[in-house]
This record gives sequence, structure tokens and C-alpha cells, in this order.
Amino acid sequence: MMLLAIVVLAQLLLLAFQVKTDHSVPLIRYWAAAIVTPLERGGTWMTSGFGNIWKGYVGLRNARAENENMRSEMQRLQLRNQELESQNAEAQRLSSLLSFHDTHTEVQMLAAEVIGSSSDSSSHTLFINRGEKDRVRMNQPVITPEGVIGKIVEVFPHSAQVQLINDPSSGVGALFATTRTHGVVSGIAGSGPHMDYVSNEEKVTPGEMIVTSGEDKIFPKDLLIGTVESANQSSTFQVITVKPAARLDRLEDVIVLLSQHDLEAKKSDDISGAEAKQKQAEADAAAAAAAASQESAANATAQNGGAGGPGGSAPTQQSTKSPAAKPAVKPAAAPNR
Amino acid sequence: MAHMLTIGERGEPNVEVHKFYSGTILGVSLLALVFQALLHKYGRWAEWIDLPLLVTIYFGVSRRNPVTGLFLGGSIGIFQDALSHDNPIGMYGIAGTIVGYLASSIGGRIDTEHPLARLGLIFIFFHFHQAILVLTHRVLLLQPERFFSVNLLLDSVITAVFGVFLFAMLDRLRRSN
Repeated sequence: MMLLAIVVLAQLLLLAFQVKTDHSVPLIRYWAAAIVTPLERGGTWMTSGFGNIWKGYVGLRNARAENENMRSEMQRLQLRNQELESQNAEAQRLSSLLSFHDTHTEVQMLAAEVIGSSSDSSSHTLFINRGEKDRVRMNQPVITPEGVIGKIVEVFPHSAQVQLINDPSSGVGALFATTRTHGVVSGIAGSGPHMDYVSNEEKVTPGEMIVTSGEDKIFPKDLLIGTVESANQSSTFQVITVKPAARLDRLEDVIVLLSQHDLEAKKSDDISGAEAKQKQAEADAAAAAAAASQESAANATAQNGGAGGPGGSAPTQQSTKSPAAKPAVKPAAAPNR
Repeated sequence: MAHMLTIGERGEPNVEVHKFYSGTILGVSLLALVFQALLHKYGRWAEWIDLPLLVTIYFGVSRRNPVTGLFLGGSIGIFQDALSHDNPIGMYGIAGTIVGYLASSIGGRIDTEHPLARLGLIFIFFHFHQAILVLTHRVLLLQPERFFSVNLLLDSVITAVFGVFLFAMLDRLRRSN
């Protein structure tokens, strides 16, 4: 108890001295600071280091969670984007069909949706969601705003089967848009459509447009079928590969022509309108350039004394519509088989 | 491990004095001062808990040696004064000295091992410590200080609850007999 009193008294005196003289005791403060400050510095370093580690850990966890959330959000948006793109494409297709229908009010037509295709890889047919109940009948032409795609070959109450122009048993009466040379566009197994019965004497250039001739009594006249992809000489007739105007492998919506009237050319018509004529003009220009190039090459050969040789034969003259060149419609493609 | 309060042959309390590993008292006291200084950086909530006072009380009631308690409480208090720029040396020193002495004296007379006893002991010593500080302020420094406030009551409760857990942790530093 005495010790307590002494210690307390000593401190009271120290306190009184400080208050009276307004002096602190710097030595004690210095010692205290010298002892405690390094520990505080170490503690601060440890707490800040631990804090940084903790923040990094929490931040990493948050970043990971955020990353997963954003990834799932991105996948969801990608799906949504694909869905919207699909809807947009469908809207464009339907708009195209509607536009085509509006420009050809004189022809009764029916929009149909492709609901399936043939299970046989060798045949090129597809099914549409329109049938006998919708006034769909055999041999009615089926087209898209881009071009001809085929005809109805089977009719069911609520659906119908369409034979595409690249089917081996298909045949469409056709002619070149410029030369009016006739032929038949038909499919070949394992290959694209070809135009047959065009004699070797006919001048055919790649890019030339092929339209329906109307002779098969199925397709109206002057519907775009496609363009010449390649033309090669053969024994009697040329082997002409046709590039269909319509994407036959990606059909979703089509038009069934319910009447057999010819379609009148309209300004906004893709299938027989200004665009086709413009493409044809471009093809003509290309053909003229090719002919000029060939002629200059022949002149050069003649000047070198090579005329009369096997390779110096005169170029084939472009024939007009001669009766011999006019093909008959392929029997297999007859409307009423 | 638990403290046993028994009656000796002469009828005086036979008190078990707990001993600690060497350097424990000094290390824990320093850590208490350092932590108290560090925690102040993280906001007002750190002021709710008076770690140096808790350490003074704990070692006082554990060692049950008034001389040790007296010097330990005084030293810790003087360190607190020295580390705070505003207080003259001796403010906390006097309070710590008295609290350390009383804690050592009481620790030898009553059971201070039960959590509830510790809770009450810390609560009372907290206010006693505060009363000495206020008294010193008023008498020696002529500074008006309030003896009691709601905030002070809240601080004492929080310190007492925290002290119970701290004491349980510090019990692990005792040297087994």
C-alpha cells in the first residue's frame, strides 16, 4: 500500500511539474516512441500486406465471378443475336416475297414455307407447308424472287413435294436471254444443273443469263433460272454448267405460282426485271471483250503465217435462232408424265 | 488450469498464482499498446475497446502480486501517456497504477476465472479507471470532464464483452504447473 502511494505520488509530482512548468517529459516520450514505433511500423506493414492480399484475393474471386457472369451473359446475348439475325433474315425473305407478290398482281401466287427435304441424297426435292387445301396442284411452278427453283411433283392435303431444277429427273425449258438459243436445264446426279441440247456451234459465254422459255407449259416465260458457269464443247452438244439464281440448298420460303400466266417484267422485279437486264448487259460486254481478244489473237496468228492450221480455224459464228438449234423439252420433264 | 480458491490451514485464502512464460507479460503489454495505436487508424470503433486496460486487469488478477500489478499498470499507463501527444505523462500512469494494484489485490480474494466474474470485473474497473482519469483532469488540469455518458457506458460494455474473450485467449499463455 505504501509502495502504491509512493508511485502514485511520484506520478502526481511529475504531472504537477509538467502542468506548472508547461514542459513535457521528452525523454520518456522518446523512449516510448523508440520502443513502440518499430512495432507499429511492423504492424502497419503486416496489416497493409494482409489487407492487400485479402483485397487481391477478394478481387480475384470477384473478378472470377464477374468473368463467369459476363461469359454467361455473352453466351445469352450471342444466342439472342443469332435469334434476331434469324428473325431479320426471315423478315427480309418474307418482305422480298411480299414485294414480289405486289409487283405481280396479275398472277395468283401462294407463299409457302419449306418444311423438309428428301431423305435421299441423290434426289433434290423438298416439302412445303401448302397442299391441296391451298389450291396447290401438280406441276405448278415454284419460284423465289431470285429465280426458278422447281415444280410441284406431289400434292398432299396440307403439303406438297417440290422437285428442284437440279434434280436428275427434272427438266425446264430454257433459253439464253441474249441469243434466245433454246435448251433444257436439268439436273445431273452428283453435280449441279446443266443446260442440254445446245449445239457446239452456239457461242456461250460464262455469266450469260438463262431464263425459262415457256415451252414446257409449266414455267411462265422469261423467269430467271440462273447463269452460265462454264461451257465446254462436246461431241454434239455443249456441256453447259448452270449456276442457279436461287440458293437451292438454303431455301426457306418459296412462292407457288397458282396460274400459268407469264409474269410481266416490273421495275422492282428481281426475277425478270431491270437487274436481270443489267446483269445481261454486263455479260454482253464481257462476251464482246472476249470476242475482240480472240479476234486479235487470230490476226496475230495470221500475221505469223499460221493461218489454215488446226489451231487457226475461223471462230464459230454466233448463231441466231435456227430451227435446228431449238431443243425439244426433255421428255422426262414433261408436265403430265 | 483453472484457478482454485481454497482455504488454508490458518483460514486464509490459499490462492493459486498463475505464472506465464518469460516475456509473455512484456510482449502482450507491448502488443496491446501497438494494437491500440494501430486500431485507431481504422476508425472510431477501435476506441470502444481499451486494450492496455484489459491487459493491466488480466495480468493483475492472474499474477495476484500487487507490486507487479502496480508497476505493470503504471508502466502501461505511462506508455499510453507518452504515445499520446495531448496527455501529460502520468495521467494514464496514475490510473493504470491504481487499477493494476487493485486488480492484483482483488484477484487474490475472489474468483476471477468465471466469465461472468470477469465481465463484471472489467466493467467495474473500466469505470473506476475512467473516474480516476476524469478526477485527474478536473483537479490537476482544471479541465471539465464528465464522469458518465451513454457512450462511456457503451464503451465499457463492449470492452467488458471483448475482455472476456481476450482473457480466455490469454489463459492459453499460462504456464502449466
